[in-house]
Amino acid sequence: MDAIPYEHGLILAAILFVCGLLGVLTRRNIVFVLMSLEIMLNACGLAFVVASARWQHAEGQIMYLMILTLAAAEVAVGLGLIIQMYRRFHTVDISVLNEMKG
Amino acid sequence: MTLLFYSAGAIALIATLSVILSSNVVHALVYLIISLLSVAVIFFALGAPFAAMLEAIVYAGAIMVLFLFVMMMLNLGQATEDEERAWMQPSLWIGPGLLSGILLLLFVSTLLTHDVTLAPVEVSVRDISLLLFGPWLLAVELASMLLLAGLIAAYHLAKK
Repeated sequence: MDAIPYEHGLILAAILFVCGLLGVLTRRNIVFVLMSLEIMLNACGLAFVVASARWQHAEGQIMYLMILTLAAAEVAVGLGLIIQMYRRFHTVDISVLNEMKG
Repeated sequence: MTLLFYSAGAIALIATLSVILSSNVVHALVYLIISLLSVAVIFFALGAPFAAMLEAIVYAGAIMVLFLFVMMMLNLGQATEDEERAWMQPSLWIGPGLLSGILLLLFVSTLLTHDVTLAPVEVSVRDISLLLFGPWLLAVELASMLLLAGLIAAYHLAKK
């Protein structure tokens, strides 16, 4: 088998992370913000798996499992918040949330 | 394996860019599923078949289906899409794009100073589970607590 340069995996993870960051910074729709957070978490998981392949050790994949759990819990809570927000404000625009009036 | 890695990486990049540039939520979700599946292929190419299966089943399967269900419940429609299109002005992307570009430049310039290649040796499920239920048992318990807390919080938050 031919070898993949280790940096290329990490650079791919970095590019995916930056794409997610760009989404979080630019979008105003809260659903897109949550999706961009998912992209960023997934990029972190990719970096861990690449590191696991680099040192041929399983602990990177265990960290990936922890990130997966975290992402699942985060999505559940985030989608619950989106449902509640849509029920109260009838919009998914995050700029309506800057009033802090419950 | 190398070809698989690079082609799946290119697909993941294109699909992720389509997610953040798309104005329709459901289209963005489908692009995100494509991106996650190609990351699963990358995991497979890196010799992590267990992580690849989990990515396909949990991420692209469970989490994205949860997203789709919520989108069906909200029923956003054409008005949101038009609003979304009105927000997507090019001037909005300058500042965040600049910041993200600088961050990416820093990442890449730091990473390119080393030169190590990956020999794709498969890390088996046995190795992972021996570690997971040995030294990392406490982390597994904590993860189950986190999921329970997420379940209760999601139920409480989405309640009328």
